Amino acid sequence: MNPVEMVEKKYMEREAPEFRPGDTVRVNVKIREGGEFRIQVFEGVVIAIKRRGLQSTFTVRKVTSGYGVERIFPLYSPVIESIQRIKKGRVRRAKLYYLRERKGKAARIREIR
Amino acid sequence: MVEGLVGKKLGITQVFNEDGVITPVTVIQAGPCVVVQKKTFERDGYEKIQLGFVDPKGKTRANKPMKGHFKKADAPATRILREFSFSEDEENPVNVGDSILARDIFKVFDLVDVTGKTKGRGFQGVIKRHGFSGGRATHGSMHHRGPGSIGASAYPSRVVAGMKGPGQMGSKRVTVKRLQVVQIDEENNLMLVKGSVPGAPGGYVLVTRTK
Repeated sequence: MNPVEMVEKKYMEREAPEFRPGDTVRVNVKIREGGEFRIQVFEGVVIAIKRRGLQSTFTVRKVTSGYGVERIFPLYSPVIESIQRIKKGRVRRAKLYYLRERKGKAARIREIR
Repeated sequence: MVEGLVGKKLGITQVFNEDGVITPVTVIQAGPCVVVQKKTFERDGYEKIQLGFVDPKGKTRANKPMKGHFKKADAPATRILREFSFSEDEENPVNVGDSILARDIFKVFDLVDVTGKTKGRGFQGVIKRHGFSGGRATHGSMHHRGPGSIGASAYPSRVVAGMKGPGQMGSKRVTVKRLQVVQIDEENNLMLVKGSVPGAPGGYVLVTRTK
């Protein structure tokens, strides 16, 4: 193992992502309020996963009261308490940026059961 | 205490703190360095310590005179030798043959200066080398990536010394000052400094304490 990977390994405790683009996930984010931690939930469709080892990120998109909201999470950030997969989506590409131009029914993703 | 050591840039990555704040870091193989010679006032006219960087992977091509030099210090032959200032007292003397590790001289949150040789970029024009803006590409401008006027005809009618022009870019010695030590891995002799450091991975760097 090269030394840079050795440094990175310490931060990569979380398992490789068990979700894929198109899946709907619930991300539990730790938020510090004063000295205490609170869990905030961000739920939406994974539209991209950037796999770069420790520097991996994933993008979650949701539509809230008519506005598209996207949040990019560093996959190995300690702020992420847990990630739950709610739905498995069937999609044909790795980056679902086309969802940004779609609304309502057109922005649906077929589910695999 | 030695004020610095020779290291090897291994690459860059990032680390998280518990609040999820990301810090970009450069991983440096920090030693072990071995004290090969002590320069003294009496003999050399100045006081410095000569360190060699012991690289388990690096082959050395020490010639016979150099082998003798290393033998005198009872040190392994190293590829690179650099001098550093140091201070010592009765309790902590610095002796020839001593091994210097990052954990002995630096601790987390210390500020260090890192010197290295930047990546060579060859002969470059003024746009890449000095950030000139260049001229318009179209509409018959006839002035694209050139430097423009460098001296005018009537006044000053000469090129001022130090005018920025095309030339060799990179491959020169550069010091990045005041980088914070983020982590020291005692087991593997690695040190993590915040930010970037001159040169390509595998290049030698000098890490010194910020004055």
